[in-house]
Amino acid sequence: MSNGTVAATEKNFYEEGTSRHKGILGWLLSTDHKRIGLMYLVTIASFFIVGVIIGVFMRLELIAPGPTIMEAQTYNTLFTLHGVIMIFLFIIPGLPAIFGNFFLPLQLGAKDVAFPRLNLLSYWIYLIGAFLVLLSLVLPGGPIDTGWTFYIPYSVRSTTNVSLAIFAAFVLGFSSILTGLNFITTVHRLRAPGMTFFRMPLFVWSTYATAWIQVIATPVIGITILLVIIERAFGVGIFDPALGGDPILFQHLFWIYSHPAVYIMILPAMGVVSEIIPTFARRTIFGYKAIAMSSLAIAFVGYLVWAHHMFTSGISDTARWIFSLLTFIVALPSGVKVFNWVATLYKGSIDPKPPFLWVMNFIVLFSIGGLTGLVVGSLSTDIHLHDTYFVVAHFHYVMFGGTGTIFFAALYYWFPKMFGKSYNIKLANVGVALFFIAFNMLYFPKFILGYMGMPRRYFDYLPEFQSLQLVSTIGSWLMLITMIIVFGNLIHSLFKGKKSHSNPWGGVTLEWHTSSPPPLENFHEIPTVNHEPYDFSQLKEMDYESK
Amino acid sequence: MSQNDHAVTANDQHVHRDDIGSKMGMWLFLFTELLLFGGMFLIYAVYRFQHTELFKLAALELDTAVGTLNTIILLTSSLTVALAITALQKGNKFLSILNLVITIVFALTFMVNKFFEWSVKFSHGIYPGSEDLTSKQNGEILFFGLYYVMTGLHGLHVVIGVALLTYVLVLIIKNKITSENFIKLENSGLYWHLVDLIWIFLFPLFYLIH
Repeated sequence: MSNGTVAATEKNFYEEGTSRHKGILGWLLSTDHKRIGLMYLVTIASFFIVGVIIGVFMRLELIAPGPTIMEAQTYNTLFTLHGVIMIFLFIIPGLPAIFGNFFLPLQLGAKDVAFPRLNLLSYWIYLIGAFLVLLSLVLPGGPIDTGWTFYIPYSVRSTTNVSLAIFAAFVLGFSSILTGLNFITTVHRLRAPGMTFFRMPLFVWSTYATAWIQVIATPVIGITILLVIIERAFGVGIFDPALGGDPILFQHLFWIYSHPAVYIMILPAMGVVSEIIPTFARRTIFGYKAIAMSSLAIAFVGYLVWAHHMFTSGISDTARWIFSLLTFIVALPSGVKVFNWVATLYKGSIDPKPPFLWVMNFIVLFSIGGLTGLVVGSLSTDIHLHDTYFVVAHFHYVMFGGTGTIFFAALYYWFPKMFGKSYNIKLANVGVALFFIAFNMLYFPKFILGYMGMPRRYFDYLPEFQSLQLVSTIGSWLMLITMIIVFGNLIHSLFKGKKSHSNPWGGVTLEWHTSSPPPLENFHEIPTVNHEPYDFSQLKEMDYESK
Repeated sequence: MSQNDHAVTANDQHVHRDDIGSKMGMWLFLFTELLLFGGMFLIYAVYRFQHTELFKLAALELDTAVGTLNTIILLTSSLTVALAITALQKGNKFLSILNLVITIVFALTFMVNKFFEWSVKFSHGIYPGSEDLTSKQNGEILFFGLYYVMTGLHGLHVVIGVALLTYVLVLIIKNKITSENFIKLENSGLYWHLVDLIWIFLFPLFYLIH
């Protein structure tokens, strides 16, 4: 891979674009995967911050029983918005659209994705979807109040702007499909010479598996959403028991997408973990093929477990125990990954830099989230815990503690590559530590509250829950401070940070073979790959000197 | 690779041209379309299982003759679009354009037939939410609900197909699609075959089982 380097004098992708336009249009009309990735970063991070702020307001309302700062209906719209924004605008597109776009072609040794213009189109479709969500807030009728799951029959009866809001989800799904098919084709067609499937970095593998889920699962939510809209507009009766329809069928269709969507959220994060651990342990990944194949296994089995969201909806006992069994089986490939990551660390030369610390955070939080998933995946315990705070705590540990943590890990890992700047390591470490404390303060009490019987989505609660609710609310303030530190550090470094070395961590996957930031078409010459992805003996050829 | 020239030109798309990749992307997209309709077919299967007799009864209301005519039209249009592709591959631009125009005319005829078919239903008072329909039994209401949703969604795809075929027609006339570079025509043809394929399933499910 000696020929993958770039002369220092060459222009980077900030200085040279794909279109004739300069300034903002040079970005909005750019087909460069790196610029598109950064546009996604800015948009998605903005929505994430909005979602966080809504969350903080919800927690503030729950600081004491009874109405505190808002009415019950406002609370209903806030938890719906929090869900819609975090799920559809942040976490589903998050890692694939930002880091997949930026690093998939780089890690494959390609100049761009397979369909650069389609890539730009999918960004625009994402923007339109986001705009429709915002529009549904201000139009007469009021913001949607159904919860992000849009369950029938309330989503048909609610007088709020349900149709527009779920149409926005349909549009966002379209964007997700286009990104997915773009990535699959890229992996099949644009690997550099010598880059066989089993030499692909694991982030590529997991993004590839994710892309398949995006392509296979998303159309199902598309048709489900269309049917709800048609139901609202014309009253066809497909989900209306009065006309012979079946509301449970909606739940099936909804979760046939929305459960695999959980793996759209977590798989790319697992890929990032598999990148960061070898780099900071200076050791090849343990069980490369097992990790690669477990991504595909998760993608496949994850498609068959949807009804575990419906254990209390009135489905047959046979269906319930089959889905419970399958739920336990889908935990296996995740376990394979965790054990392989930990085994990679064994006898490694560990360098605990911030990205690595974020990953350690991830392993702890995600393991708690995963194991409590088994608690709600078991039939008998789920009857007690269904629709309580326990479930809320569980999916926040998996989604925020899992994917959210890795969102920051990826940012801190690839920030020097994306922007060519380095950040303040000490402050970053403080951010990681604070995050761990704030996160557990915020969400761990919810496990206990749920176990005690606090139902989710409630505006009010019994006085005996107050002390734990208070702990959780204080945790939300600490989380807000953490977010300011974590983002503030990066934003400050963006303007004032020192110029970064092109390979600050000593990574060996292809993105570290080019300059920081990379040039327009990524590599001066398309590299030839003749190493395993995590073969650290390359560092000598790459002239890497550790400090 | 010798192409390290980063100059931005309008011809960049040709530098990065990859016909196999384009076709792969198109197949993946068609796959998502199948799954979109797959959700509908799933619902159809569930309700047909629950209301077998009423579905048969309701199907008597549909006009098998119009359905058959539309099936023949759509199948033939699939042939003409395939002919258009082969003609262009062999360098016969005129024949390609002719076949494409015929395809579009067939597609529009299909939609006109569909329009009259729906109008007749409407004049019989059979449409979602109508008094005549809601006074029928549940199975029949669901049958017609599914009929309108599924053929409507299919009709929407026919319209999109017409737009797509018209677009490539213009490109052929302008010599943007040639016997050397016909992937756009080929992909549009694939899309049109999908529209046809879905109809081949819709036709027996609604018109023939009674």
